[in-house]
Amino acid sequence: MSPVIEARGLVKRYGRLPAVDGIDLTVEKGEVFGLLGPNGSGKTTTILLLLGLTEPTAGSIRVLGLDPLRQPLQVKQRVGYLPDQIGFYDHLTALENLAYTARLAGLPSDEANKRIVGAMERVRLADVANRRVATFSRGMRQRLGLAEVLVKQAEIAILDEPTSGLDPQSTQELLELIRELASEGVTFVLSSHLLAMMQTICSRVALFRKGSIGLIGQVENLTSDVLGGSHMVEVEFENADLVKVLAGAPHVSGLTPLGTGRWRVDADADVRTDIARRIVGAGGALRSMTIRQATLDEVYVRFFEGENHDVAA
Amino acid sequence: MTSQREGSPFAGLSTIALKEAADHMNSIRIHLVMLLVLLTAIGSVYGAIGQIKATVSEDQFLFLRLFTTAQQPLPSFVSFLGFLVPLVAIALGFDAINGEYSRRTLSRILSQPIYRDALLTGKFLGGLLVIAICLLDLWLLVTGLGILVLGLPPSGEEIARGLAFLFASFVYSGVWLAVALAFSTIVKSPATSALCALTAWLLFTVFWPMLAPLIAGAVAPIDPLDPMTAVHQIDIQQALARISPNTLYGEATLALLNPATRSLGLLFTDQLSGAMMGAPLPFSLSVALIWPQLAGMIAALLVLFTIAYVSFQRQEIRA
Ligand SMILES: Nc1ncnc2c1ncn2[C@@H]1O[C@H](COP(=O)(O)OP(=O)(O)OP(=O)(O)O)[C@@H](O)[C@H]1O
Ligand SMILES: [Mg+2]
Repeated sequence: MSPVIEARGLVKRYGRLPAVDGIDLTVEKGEVFGLLGPNGSGKTTTILLLLGLTEPTAGSIRVLGLDPLRQPLQVKQRVGYLPDQIGFYDHLTALENLAYTARLAGLPSDEANKRIVGAMERVRLADVANRRVATFSRGMRQRLGLAEVLVKQAEIAILDEPTSGLDPQSTQELLELIRELASEGVTFVLSSHLLAMMQTICSRVALFRKGSIGLIGQVENLTSDVLGGSHMVEVEFENADLVKVLAGAPHVSGLTPLGTGRWRVDADADVRTDIARRIVGAGGALRSMTIRQATLDEVYVRFFEGENHDVAA
Repeated sequence: MTSQREGSPFAGLSTIALKEAADHMNSIRIHLVMLLVLLTAIGSVYGAIGQIKATVSEDQFLFLRLFTTAQQPLPSFVSFLGFLVPLVAIALGFDAINGEYSRRTLSRILSQPIYRDALLTGKFLGGLLVIAICLLDLWLLVTGLGILVLGLPPSGEEIARGLAFLFASFVYSGVWLAVALAFSTIVKSPATSALCALTAWLLFTVFWPMLAPLIAGAVAPIDPLDPMTAVHQIDIQQALARISPNTLYGEATLALLNPATRSLGLLFTDQLSGAMMGAPLPFSLSVALIWPQLAGMIAALLVLFTIAYVSFQRQEIRA
């Protein structure tokens, strides 16, 4: 595997406040990489740095082996970007807007037209392609932005909060689209606050905290790191001491009391059979047992527990 | 940082310039200003024609009088142009850059393989193109009207002087377009930048001619016993007045359209010796006479554009 994005010791300060404070990041080809974190934690700033749209205070970046500061045109030729707040020229039609950026991207017009028609169909805007963007809803604009990234046929697509404003159907279609393109070798960098969605789509995620990456890795690994296990079993029983019963049980990493006779067991495997056997074996009466796969949501909440979310500095 | 970047800063330039020009041509804002210019132009030329017909004279440059003759209460075509052309330029440029911010199109456009240079320059060139087309149209219209009504074709020299006047007007518009562009980069809100540019316009076209003598009087008071202090004051007043592009343009058009103009400053009699009063200057000498004015306007244009450029390069693209 060859990394398509490599950042080392990336720092960006606005005045004296660091927006990005020493980030190391490697994204491999074909990955769907998620940027997570509270508002103001530096996700958008990192994206702008990758695109060469803002200059780093320190550190180095390589995108497709190129330096976005010194070779911005080559980088931007091969990287598609969907900004977090997207705007179009309202007086132009959807088609004209895309044709304009395609010309700026240097596409010959017949090739551009072909791609634009395809992309508009893909995002279900084909029937309004000739309407002025002024008449578009928020979600339609968002989809038009996606179409623009598609037209570019970029090797890396950087989407900043791509689902904002999208209806559930469009969100599902976006996910399918991302999976499909990723399987064709397109690399994605996504930022989003929809953790459940990010969990299903991202091969790896980075949790940003105050300008640096607090956690990075595959979702399963993060759950075991932060929660002590990827599986959570809730047990209800009578007449047994769970701490004693589960002493030395394999895979179990934590026990949390939830109430009288109710406990949560963190484990990195499905340990339900073992728990049942041990409780019954110790003479206890098992009332109920449910298992939940740990969610990114829980990782997130646990990771940022007790932090003031509004302040990044 | 900019010195070592790769790729042409002009990538995308013509695409941007043409799109901007097309946008302007379709914009109601521009249509309105153009209509205003057109109506006043026709009005002033109509007045001039009446005046010229009433005072038929043996003027070698009857045709040029179309541009310069004023009939009360209408000012001449050139003074109208000097007053209104900045308005056109401001309408074309006041929201060039901050409009992209407020529409949130900037990061989308700049994530295409182009440099910021191309966006700024493209917007400037697009505006210039529209101005050039409009001025040319206006000039052809006046010339056509003249031929029709006066019933005589302009001489070769009149055409040359007319074209030089067209060029001077173009440069003058360019200065005001650069003013508008600079405000559109420095000021974040389009409404505020429009106000700033309009303030500059009123200051230079209306108030500056009144202020310059006042300031000169304060800076260089006249000593009744020393006549040279009066000359000194007038020199200062003139230098101050020339800060305004309006003054430079006025002087340039005066020398071009009124061939008898021999000097644009104070004239001493010894400078006139050997020159017959009222004898027209050859075209080349008129051009030489206004050369400093033209160069001054071009320099102002470049300085303003540089200000816009530097300020734009330093901005954060987050919209
Ligand atoms: N132009 C600017 N000048 C000064 N500070 C800025 C500027 N832009 C962003 N910041 C600061 O940089 C920090 C990181 O902002 P950034 O936009 O990267 O956050 P984010 O993770 O994308 O947040 P969100 O989830 O709200 O999109 C914030 O503290 C913000 O206040
Ligand atoms: Mg953001």
